[in-house]
Amino acid sequence: MSTTPNKPAAAGKQSEKGFVYLPLIAGWLIPGSGHFLVGKWIRGTLLAVSIIAMFILGLAMQGKLYTGAQDILDILGVAGDLGSGLLYFIGRVMGLGAEPVKTTVADYGTKFIVVAGLLNIIAAVDAHNLRTGRKSS
Amino acid sequence: MIHPSHFAAVLLFALFASTVFGITMRDTPPRMLRYGAYCFILFIGSAIVLSWVMFLIAR
Repeated sequence: MSTTPNKPAAAGKQSEKGFVYLPLIAGWLIPGSGHFLVGKWIRGTLLAVSIIAMFILGLAMQGKLYTGAQDILDILGVAGDLGSGLLYFIGRVMGLGAEPVKTTVADYGTKFIVVAGLLNIIAAVDAHNLRTGRKSS
Repeated sequence: MIHPSHFAAVLLFALFASTVFGITMRDTPPRMLRYGAYCFILFIGSAIVLSWVMFLIAR
């Protein structure tokens, strides 16, 4: 009978080599790339398509990219938008989402952009959990 | 620029959010699929129910 503690096999194997936060950071910067780094190609592709499509649809609906932090809601909006990683910075550099919200659909677009960022954070943390072995497969 | 109807916007939102929830909240592909479908139905169902509630309140 074995007396070794019951550890997840992947945890020991994966945490031994490489920078453990790489999937987390890569997944934040580029949606889905954290899963690509841990070898989950289909999941990464589905996550990338979902998050990038949501961000682009938000901009196409004339949604706003939050830029300043005038009040608490704007700060939360910036925090949500920043979750999209490079997508947010590219959008800012290209001057996208700069017009004020005038229609209901544009308000939906703004929410799409914020939620895309929040979903990307969830996806990046999931990639980190796969990397550390906290999530088994 | 696109101008989807409100219900189309709900459908798109539910589809993408459910996909991410399903993949990140469950371990195995069959359970991911089931949980994603569950979230999608809850998103759409709650939107329809709340729409009717608001319609009846506004009358």
